[in-house]
Amino acid sequence: MLKVLKSGFFVTIQDLGRFGYRDIGVPISGAMDVDSVKKANLLLENNPGDAVMEITMTGPTLQFEDPTYICLTGAHISATLNKVPVENYQAIKVEKGDVLSYGRLTDGFRAYLAVKGGFTTDKVLGSRSQFIPVTEKKRLKDGDEVPYDRALSFKPILTEVKIEEHYHSNELEVFKGPEFSLLTDKQLKEIFTKTFSVSKENNRMAYQVAELLEGHSHSMLTSGTLPGTVQLTPAGRLIILMKDGQTTGGYPRVLQLSEASICTLAQKKSGDKLSFKLL
Amino acid sequence: MKSYPISIKPFGERAILVEWPNEVKEAILVDILNFMDAFKELKIPGWEMSVAYNSLTMVYNKDHLDFEETKNLLLDCYKNQSKAKTKRTQHLWTLPVCYDLEFGMDIVEVAKTLSLSVEELIEQHTSHQYVVYGIGFLPGFMYLGGLPQSLEIPRRAEPRLRVAKGSVGLAGKQTGIYPQESPGGWNIIGNCPIPLFNPDMKDPCFVKVGDKIQFQKISKAEYELHKIEGEVGIYKPEKTELNA
Repeated sequence: MLKVLKSGFFVTIQDLGRFGYRDIGVPISGAMDVDSVKKANLLLENNPGDAVMEITMTGPTLQFEDPTYICLTGAHISATLNKVPVENYQAIKVEKGDVLSYGRLTDGFRAYLAVKGGFTTDKVLGSRSQFIPVTEKKRLKDGDEVPYDRALSFKPILTEVKIEEHYHSNELEVFKGPEFSLLTDKQLKEIFTKTFSVSKENNRMAYQVAELLEGHSHSMLTSGTLPGTVQLTPAGRLIILMKDGQTTGGYPRVLQLSEASICTLAQKKSGDKLSFKLL
Repeated sequence: MKSYPISIKPFGERAILVEWPNEVKEAILVDILNFMDAFKELKIPGWEMSVAYNSLTMVYNKDHLDFEETKNLLLDCYKNQSKAKTKRTQHLWTLPVCYDLEFGMDIVEVAKTLSLSVEELIEQHTSHQYVVYGIGFLPGFMYLGGLPQSLEIPRRAEPRLRVAKGSVGLAGKQTGIYPQESPGGWNIIGNCPIPLFNPDMKDPCFVKVGDKIQFQKISKAEYELHKIEGEVGIYKPEKTELNA
C-alpha cells in the first residue's frame, strides 16, 4: 500500500484510459500527458498501460508500506525521498516506511509517479482512471491507501536516463478540424500568427484559451468530440477538450491537436503561452 | 432503401468523421445505424463508434490509421450495407417522471410562458415518443428529438450551478434527463427516479441510440419507490420491442 499522508491540490490514479464506452457518453479519461507515463513505465519495465499517479501543480506526501521501485516523470515539483532530492527518469528503490514528498513546482504542470507493476486499484469499465460518476471518487484524499504489489527481486536494466522534457515548446501542432472551413480569413490569420495564453479555466476536461477570436453565429448539430478537439464558441472562445472532456459537443470543431501536442498542453498552466501550427 | 450522400473526413490522427445530410431525421439515423451494423460485421478490432444526429465518429484505438485506405473501406461498406445480416433490436422505453413542484421547479413558469395549464403541459410531454439521436455530453445523457412545437421554450437566461440528478428539462427543440447532478440551463419540469447511467451494471446504460423514450407521469409515492428500486438495481424499466 501507498499511504497518502497529505493529498496535494489534485492527485488521481490514471492509466491510458477507458475505451469502448464513448457511445454512452463516457469520456476516455486516462493520463493527460501520456508520453510521460509511457517513459515512466518503460524505465520500470512495466506495461505501457500500468496505472500511475497523476499529480497536478502541488505534490502530495506519500509513505510506502512495501518495498518497490518508483520512477518520476512529467512536471518537476522538487520531489524528495526521505528528504533527499530525486530527479525524473530514475528507477529508484524504495523501502517500507520511505516518505516521498514534493516542494515547489519548477517545470511543467502535471507530474507522474509510477511504481513497479503499477497501482492495482479496482478497474471500472476496463480502466483504473478516476472519473465521476464512473469511479466513486474523483481524486485521492488525505489518508487514502493505494494498493500496489511489493517488488523485491526487480533489477532495472536502466537506472537513469537524461532526456530533454518533451513539453517545453509552446507550439501546438494541429490538424484541420471537421468545421475548419467555417473559419474566416481574419480568424485564420489570428489563429496562426498570434501568440495566445492559457486561461484560468483549465482542467482535465478542457483548456480554454484566454484571448478571444472574432465571434461567429454558426450553429451545428451536436456531433462527436475527442481529446484535443478545439471548439470555437460563438463568442470567439477557443476551448480545447482534454482527457475527461465530453464525448459530444455543439460548437464548431475548428482544429484537432496532434497526440503529442495534447501531452505538451497537459503540462501548461494558467498564463503560459501557446501558438498553433497547422500540420 | 434510400442511400444518402455521405462525407468522410479525417478527425485528427486516430479518428474519422462520417457525416450524413445536415438534418434531424429518423430515416437518416436509421441509415447511420445500419451502416454501423454493417461495419461491425467486418469485425475489425480497435474501433469504437458513436452516433449523434447526422454523424458517426469512428475512433481507432490501435497504432496507425491510414485515412485513404479506411475511407475506401467505409465507402464500400456503405454501398453494400443492405447485405448486412444482423438485425438490430430497438426498444421503446417508458420512463417514469414525477412532475410535482418539488422536482419540477420551473413547471408553473414554463406552462405560463407556453400558454398551457400545468396539466396540459404534462399531458403533451407524456403523449409523445422521443427518438434517441445520440448519447453524450455526460455519461447516459440522451439527445432526444421529436418534441412538439408547443413545448419549445428557450433556455433559462441564467444557468443553475446545480441541477439535480434525474431532472427532466425543456430547452429549445429538446427535452431530456440530467443523468448526474451538473450545472445546466434547461427549464426543469420534473424528475425521473431511474438511474440512466450505472457503472456497476453489466450494461451501464440500458438505452441505445435509435431507441425511443416515452415519459409516464407518476406520483410522489411511486417516485420514492422507484428511486429505492433504482438505487438497489432491481428496477426494470418498461420496454417494448419496436422492430419485432
